[in-house]
Amino acid sequence: MTAVAEQVAVDFARQREVVAALRAFLPQSSILFDHEDVKPYECDGLTAYRQVPMVVALPETEDQVCRILKTCHALKVPVVARGAGTGLSGGALPLGNGVLLSLAKFKRIVEIDERARIARVQPGVRNLAISEAVAPLGLYYAPDPSSQSACTIGGNVAENSGGVHCLKYGLTVHNILRLRVATVEGDIVEIGSEALDAAGYDLLALITGSEGLLAVILEVTVRLLPKPEYAQVVMAAFDDIEKAGQSVANVIAAGIIPAGFEMMDQAATRAVEGFARAGYRTDVAAVLLCETDGTREEVADEIRRVQELMDASGAVQTEVSRDEAQRLRFWAGRKAAFPAAGAISPDYYCMDGTIPRRRIAEVLRRITQLETKYGLRCANVFHAGDGNLHPLILYDANLPGELDRTEAFGAEILELCLEVGGTITGEHGVGVEKINSMCVQFKPAELEAFHRVKRAFDERGLLNPGKAVPTLTRCAEYGRMHVHRGQEKFPDLPRF
Amino acid sequence: MQDIIDKLSRLIRDAAAQKRPLCIRGGGTKDFYGGPVHGYKLNTGDYRGIVDYEPTELVITARAGTPLAEIEAALRQKGQMLAFEPPQFGEGSTLGGCVATGLSGPRRPYSGAVRDFVLGVRILDGKGDDLRFGGQVMKNVAGYDVSRLITGSLGTLGVLLEVSLKVLPLPVSETTLRLKCTEAEAIERMNRWAAQPLPITATAYRDGDLGVRLSGARVAVEAAAKKIGGAPVAPAQAEHFWTGIREQTDPSFAGDAPLWRLSVKSTTPPLALPGQQLIEWGGALRWLKSGADAKTVRDAATRAGGHATLFRGGDKTIGVFHPLPPALMKLHRNLKQAFDPAGILNPGRLYADL
Repeated sequence: MTAVAEQVAVDFARQREVVAALRAFLPQSSILFDHEDVKPYECDGLTAYRQVPMVVALPETEDQVCRILKTCHALKVPVVARGAGTGLSGGALPLGNGVLLSLAKFKRIVEIDERARIARVQPGVRNLAISEAVAPLGLYYAPDPSSQSACTIGGNVAENSGGVHCLKYGLTVHNILRLRVATVEGDIVEIGSEALDAAGYDLLALITGSEGLLAVILEVTVRLLPKPEYAQVVMAAFDDIEKAGQSVANVIAAGIIPAGFEMMDQAATRAVEGFARAGYRTDVAAVLLCETDGTREEVADEIRRVQELMDASGAVQTEVSRDEAQRLRFWAGRKAAFPAAGAISPDYYCMDGTIPRRRIAEVLRRITQLETKYGLRCANVFHAGDGNLHPLILYDANLPGELDRTEAFGAEILELCLEVGGTITGEHGVGVEKINSMCVQFKPAELEAFHRVKRAFDERGLLNPGKAVPTLTRCAEYGRMHVHRGQEKFPDLPRF
Repeated sequence: MQDIIDKLSRLIRDAAAQKRPLCIRGGGTKDFYGGPVHGYKLNTGDYRGIVDYEPTELVITARAGTPLAEIEAALRQKGQMLAFEPPQFGEGSTLGGCVATGLSGPRRPYSGAVRDFVLGVRILDGKGDDLRFGGQVMKNVAGYDVSRLITGSLGTLGVLLEVSLKVLPLPVSETTLRLKCTEAEAIERMNRWAAQPLPITATAYRDGDLGVRLSGARVAVEAAAKKIGGAPVAPAQAEHFWTGIREQTDPSFAGDAPLWRLSVKSTTPPLALPGQQLIEWGGALRWLKSGADAKTVRDAATRAGGHATLFRGGDKTIGVFHPLPPALMKLHRNLKQAFDPAGILNPGRLYADL
């Protein structure tokens, strides 16, 4: 986390030049550059990285966005787009020589088409605001990242955000139809359509999750789904991680696709119980939540089967939510996992690997060994349905060396995820945070292919440069310290 | 198997050096689809077999030359399926062709398209480099989503070697209902139903008949069948009907007239175009057998918020796929350049200058 923490000082002559160019078409109130005005933008949800931007632009119209981009392109100024700034990987970390393009003023739900079950919204609309707006129609927008009350749809598209219901309802990429984007040159391009597919390459998928490196999102057309009639959750407690992991496999093998499937280890349940009183057992190795939704008949049938499977898998206790209040209470615990970690430790660092589900017990055992190695505690919450693991490393930034140890611990967890056949990021994105780990996941030819994709959209490399995809030079430096799976990853590169 | 990859890679490198076009071919069942096929045949059919299949992970990884039938049989044995119901269009159809064409069957609007289930790919790019993108897990946002970009790109960006797909359990029970109604009523119903939590997995309308398939838990299917009404279709007949739609063996696809595929906004009212139409995908897909001129068909699709493809037959020189606006076409050309700088992989199969 310290790797990019060196702050870049603002070049005031350059700042004056850029501000003057923007003033030609932006009102004064839409341009910030005084230190105290731009300071609030110095970081996103990953607060370990901070950088004050040279200029913040707050456009209100698409035309203004395009002119900002044209201006920056002409002046060769890098641009970082930002929604609500809730991202956890530093994707919206500003550049000291760049313009931070805030889309916060684009808050309008442009159109709701009830019959076609789609909504056209501006990028600054909050994720939850979409579901709230269409709730009277019996519809909702399915992806529900835990930050959904604050995070914006533009950011969701940039990160391909997920949520606890991914296994059944998919990620952002599965729930959007069309994007209106501005290219780095300030041209507007429509990607996708109101039909279920579009002619040509699937640029909708390519731009989704591209972390602001390919285009700036101006409008998103989302698919809306009918709200399930009913939902119920089974809570199951296991005294053995192995059995808990096996129960997940057993439910899936029985042909059930739960709407939500979550697992917490003992450290997580203890933190959560002290914080949210969700009713979890704290004397067990793991607590699982398995939710199914659908018609009442369907749910009754599936919940009964889930409970039987959990019992048969060796659960020491199972409990089905009696009513909506209890269902929400069960979930409140899981949803409070991050703040609960914050309550028992001065700082925590949230990791985001994905692993094949069947390796969960092994991975958790090895994380326990790493706790001893690094002298740090770690609580684990796991989207068991889709294999997305969030280890929360507890540390104290005020203690000398703890942040560095945390960083090393985190990197080792990510490499463990790769070793078992997973990935370094399931839903938080690479940003600046995991850029070194990208060198471990991809070989140089693959990283070069990513850079070529970037250049296909942004030849000068002005959109969110330095994020998401590491340069080969950077990997060579990182590689000096890391030899992956016994293989040297960059045998052909010079070392320095 | 590595020897096959080495050989394919060598052929690509040689072709790139000589700027000699290659025509990537698996089972050869979809030669009819897309722009004219030409160039030296790069056969991928030998690179076959399932690499990894763990039912409890809901993921299968197979080599591109694996016959789709083999994959579907392996899945069925474990009570699972490819939920996008890919059409095969003949014997020997391969996974590579399925992903390269990006075509999905009747279940698409309710479960998702091929691209929604693709988790990762291994490809040889236009320089013969062996590259992997995505992975074998459900959630993965490391790097650009090249796997989905490759899906449906008709081999113009790379030669598929391996694909990892998410799979789903087979439904416990299934019922097909038939309702008599007009085309406008059918479109209205398909959209109304889609706004309700009903376990619909396919819809198709032709000649006054609306077919609806319900899949899922027995109780849910029975309850939904009561809500929807209509007459139940015998299972064998239903199977035959949906296979006919998926494989285009249904009588509505017969005849010599060109077949157009219009992908439109689902609420689009009946399209006043000459010829015979079949509607599926909840109203979002309109198949048209018609001699109507391309401009008429494409304008209708554009007005309906979508695009039209000359799917089978007709005069391919007019362009098989819907023309793209210049700014979008430029991005396509840049991406082609990024993956296939010599322009040798299936040139002209998607657009004349890709």
